[in-house]
Amino acid sequence: MLIKLTGGKVYDPTNNINGEVRDIYVADGRIISPPADARVDKEYDVRGRVVMAGAIDPHTHIGGGKVTIARTLLPEDHEKDEVHHTALTRAGTGHALPSTMVTGYRYAEMGYTAAFEPAMLPANARQAHMEMGDTPLLDKGAFVMLGSDDFLLRLMASKASFEQIKDYIAWTMHAAQAIAVKVVNPGGISAFKFNQRKLDLDEKHVYYGMTPRDIILTLARGLLELGITHPLHVHGCNLGIPGNVETTLATIRATDGLPLHLTHIQFHSYATEGDRRFSSGAVQIAELLKKYPNISIDVGQVMFGATCTASGDSMRQYNGAKNADPKRWVVMDIECDAGCGVVPFRYRDKSFVHALQWAIGLETFLLCEDPWRIFLTTDHPNGAPFYTYPHLIRLLMDRDFRRETMLRVNPEALQYSTLPHLEREYSMYDIAILTRAGPAKSLGLKDLGHVGPGARADITVYKDDANRERMFMTPELVFKNGELIVRDGKVIKVVNGATHVARPEFDRSIEKPLKDYFDRYHTVRMENFRLSDDEIIDGGRGEIIVQPTRARTSS
Amino acid sequence: MTAHADGDATHTYNNVTCPFCGLLCDDLTVTRTGSTLKVDNGCPRATAGFQRPLPPAKPMVRDKEVSLDEAIKAAAGLIRASKLPLYGGMATDVGGVRAIMDMADRTCGVVDHALSEGQYRNLKVVQTSGWIMSTLTETRNRADLIIIVGSDVHKLHGRFFDRIVTPEHTMFEGVGQKRTVVFIGEGLDTSAATGPRIEEVITLPVAKDRIPEVLAAISARVRGFTIPAPDAPAAAPPKKGGIFAGLIPGSKLTPAAPVHEIAGVPFDAIDNVAEKCKKANYGVVVWSPPALSMPQADLTVHMMTEIVRELNLTTRFAGLSLGGNEGAPSAASTCTWQTGYPLRVSFANGAPEYDSYRYNISRMLTDGEGDLLVWVASIGTDIGLPQTKIPTVVLGTPGLRLAQPPSVYIPVGTPGVDNAGQMVRCDNVVSLPMKNLGRSQLPSSAEVLAAIQAAL
Repeated sequence: MLIKLTGGKVYDPTNNINGEVRDIYVADGRIISPPADARVDKEYDVRGRVVMAGAIDPHTHIGGGKVTIARTLLPEDHEKDEVHHTALTRAGTGHALPSTMVTGYRYAEMGYTAAFEPAMLPANARQAHMEMGDTPLLDKGAFVMLGSDDFLLRLMASKASFEQIKDYIAWTMHAAQAIAVKVVNPGGISAFKFNQRKLDLDEKHVYYGMTPRDIILTLARGLLELGITHPLHVHGCNLGIPGNVETTLATIRATDGLPLHLTHIQFHSYATEGDRRFSSGAVQIAELLKKYPNISIDVGQVMFGATCTASGDSMRQYNGAKNADPKRWVVMDIECDAGCGVVPFRYRDKSFVHALQWAIGLETFLLCEDPWRIFLTTDHPNGAPFYTYPHLIRLLMDRDFRRETMLRVNPEALQYSTLPHLEREYSMYDIAILTRAGPAKSLGLKDLGHVGPGARADITVYKDDANRERMFMTPELVFKNGELIVRDGKVIKVVNGATHVARPEFDRSIEKPLKDYFDRYHTVRMENFRLSDDEIIDGGRGEIIVQPTRARTSS
Repeated sequence: MTAHADGDATHTYNNVTCPFCGLLCDDLTVTRTGSTLKVDNGCPRATAGFQRPLPPAKPMVRDKEVSLDEAIKAAAGLIRASKLPLYGGMATDVGGVRAIMDMADRTCGVVDHALSEGQYRNLKVVQTSGWIMSTLTETRNRADLIIIVGSDVHKLHGRFFDRIVTPEHTMFEGVGQKRTVVFIGEGLDTSAATGPRIEEVITLPVAKDRIPEVLAAISARVRGFTIPAPDAPAAAPPKKGGIFAGLIPGSKLTPAAPVHEIAGVPFDAIDNVAEKCKKANYGVVVWSPPALSMPQADLTVHMMTEIVRELNLTTRFAGLSLGGNEGAPSAASTCTWQTGYPLRVSFANGAPEYDSYRYNISRMLTDGEGDLLVWVASIGTDIGLPQTKIPTVVLGTPGLRLAQPPSVYIPVGTPGVDNAGQMVRCDNVVSLPMKNLGRSQLPSSAEVLAAIQAAL
């Protein structure tokens, strides 16, 4: 079957196409070059429409234990957004912690066709993949969490060979079926189990003796040498603490040229100016990033309203629990592997702190000049649920709208941010980079994020609308692998997406010390810790796509 | 199931996960000869579960043996005719729960697990206060104080002590190497708390319904409140009373020293436990929700989690909930990620509606709500079909106890024995692969449910 999308304005930064009118041809689920004399089976007239690849969310908590803990914690969050089943779709609930099926439907209805869970605990990987398996319409993948797991910390403390550490990182990626690696409060989740309440970049872990700096550099270098496309995904030390901008700047400087991705950097960009000792550090971050081209970021934009924060950072979440709204929260120490903290939260526009968090996020977007190194996220659901993306896009693309919105937030907060002085407006092309081309490139998704020949035919067609929020909220057409799944912002067909993984080379002999470790200390066998391909493929419900890695190197 | 396809060939399976309690021990070695299984290293419950001879079982409609197809058609007919089908039992793996959820959603039914009552003792606490929790591996390596409350853990989870409390190795030098085990409750089997890892075993014997009083006292002491001894009986009233005191017969005798105890437990013993809590590096409070049969057991769970919360102001402490038999955590977790709610959900209006009182299927059956019960019990034989007058469709392991003959019975395999799958462990973090050990050709609950749904 040959499909033709005729006459759309195409924004495809991967292929340097900036709003040019192009016809797009689709056959067998992929985009193809214009065929000579082929009979078109189905033509969509998209003249005057904006055409982009399906959007990709590179950091969204959509699957795994902490999300389900958060769902359990907040029935009242779901009650206001109960979703009826239809002949095609399953029932579920939405708002801050949408159920799995609703997550898939709503992302697709917003023009997204891929989403990546950034904090999969190895010990919880099976459940994370089961939840993602119940999330239709989206391709997905997960970043596996390392850095507070006792096996790594023991390897580092015992000065194990770097090759062995790399083997362990690679083994974990295979075992947990991951596409990338994330570190959360490096060493801090483990330190919290030893009753350390704070761990700064150069502070020693009370038991193992190494510092977060050691852990970040070990993992970042390990991933680079393993040839993983996405650099170490870092949720740094001191999340949410005024003054943490210094930690973030020090973390950037520590890389010394190593690639790194700093996630939800808004939560790590707080300075201490002013009476309240709380101000924006976004300018300092943006300035330093110019000198470190190997560092990318995503924002973790805060939007006003009720949500729930869910993080692997048990240490910082325990600390933040005093601000829980409603007053109820969960913290867990998990399996000598990691931890989690789930704290409901309400961001209020009249609050000085929350308005400043909001402003810092927007400042970060507007100050960072290279759109290829910044991704559009709210760290769903931590800064806000993902449905706020169209509103966020409008704030970035529409200066007047931004100004109007600023009138409604705590005015004092804006004095501690440069936001009121920033004139920049994002272009359509920029948005296509932030939400498609950039994440695809950073994650190493070979066939996604663009609409050139060979790409998977994940395509979103929008009605051009000066109100960018309305435009990005309700795409006219969304195709997944060449099948029309959404029309006028409503799901019309349900298909399952694939799971993307990366599989770096490793020496199988790492399983000898690992098996000994599991047998001596663990309550799960190494053999059962590993997640098999069959569990994801599950008789055809799922599909695994192995993304390429570079050849392994040694330094 | 009669002759096995393999004949008498012997197969050995390693790293087998046991589905018969919430711990999901995954280090079992099981040998199969034909359709007979032998477990090498299981607890009594596992051994009984795996080695139970599987009685022959055929699909039945009313009291008549039928083909699987006919039974599926009959089940589909009943479900189609039902206005409010109740999907109960739910003792199966994640795949089975997914199939139940799909059908309940499509047919506007209600979902609840047979052992929800126990789980709700925890869930009510999570949904009102939250908690600080640990997991099995964390506790095994880290805990230097383990407090077991009101639960005969050794009887309920035969390998808990062996795997978590007394294993030979600990990961951390000087942390959790020697541990104190405290039992709060009467008649708890403490025999397994022995070995080189155990420094001290303390028992506070107290009747189950008075455990909250002991917990309240511990809670007060860890918060630094004093609990004064009761006044001496017939103590001399002050002032005026003093004048008459000499006139009361026997008043010259010293009053008996007041006994300072709470719920029959000496105060000093309770205070000693509170002191140990404060000094612990990593304490863990353990309970098995089904065992907490005192009234308002959720308040007892709450008291434990509040003690944990208080102790975390200065040291590290966590809860660890066991239980989770019959696939209860798999049902609750899957239902939660698919609907946002942990069971007791009705799809009657087309969207999930949650009410932990109203959609308690056991209550609904008693009060005559619902017009069809679809009961899935694929693991143990104990959670048999409850007594009810409404028609029933049972997907059950052969030998399942049945209070009355079901309208339709379809034998299904057990996850981890007859069918492969995944289950969620009692700590709600770890899930494990379940193997097909080739005992029988029985279909999985998910397969049967998919066939019924196709026939609807």
